[in-house]
Amino acid sequence: MDRIPVLRMGSLLLITIQVDMHDKLALQLQDDVTHRITEYGSTGVLIDISSLEIVDSFIGRMLANVAAMSRVLGAETVVVGMQPAVAITLVELGMSLPGVRTALSVEAGMELLLTAAAETAYGFDDERSQA
Amino acid sequence: MNVLKRDEQPLKSSSDVVAARQKVRQWSTELRFSLVDQTKLITAASELARNALDHGKGGAMTIELISNHGKSGLRLIFEDQGPGIPDIEQALKDGFTTGSGMGLGLGGSKRLVNEFSIESEVGKGTKVTIIRWK
Repeated sequence: MDRIPVLRMGSLLLITIQVDMHDKLALQLQDDVTHRITEYGSTGVLIDISSLEIVDSFIGRMLANVAAMSRVLGAETVVVGMQPAVAITLVELGMSLPGVRTALSVEAGMELLLTAAAETAYGFDDERSQA
Repeated sequence: MNVLKRDEQPLKSSSDVVAARQKVRQWSTELRFSLVDQTKLITAASELARNALDHGKGGAMTIELISNHGKSGLRLIFEDQGPGIPDIEQALKDGFTTGSGMGLGLGGSKRLVNEFSIESEVGKGTKVTIIRWK
């Protein structure tokens, strides 16, 4: 069975969804991400959906599930690169992806994840008092 | 209303749902729908195709290029021979689900198209028709 690759980069996992996923592939990805987080002790998951032409309620639920499962395992998830037409459609469909952090680009998402990891590691308040 | 072109896509597996989405994309591109309209129609098709597969135990999608008083559009008909829906009004409400979904399929796809109709008979099956005009 084919799979969406889950790449490891330092403490982060990177996923780029480039195919029109059938439902089983989406569920497989959900499984793979949770396994990789525990295997590598990842603190962040970045999912790039810029090549996705649609996000329906099934894919939306998969993204929300990945975010929730990762959080339980101690990792933050950021979904990046959603196309404007996809965002419009998702909201009209009734899904605003609550609980899923989003960013416009891979760079912005990466920054968000690294900041979140630093805050967890050192404590946000300490960092502020030092600044 | 004239039907100018018609095609059918069986919905027997989750790769058929992907094929249905691709067919709708191809037809809506040919009709030069705007990107947002394309995305809305494909998303609605994806929801309804999955419904036919998961709740209706498989079925088929008919796609038609239609014209009416100089307007053109795409009509999609999703038919299954599944258990049917006992309470359509309830099934159209957001958050109503009998399966593993979010319960946004029917009500959500209704919001994404211009015309939506549903006929269902318990024990016989369900037929959902949607139209998006250009």
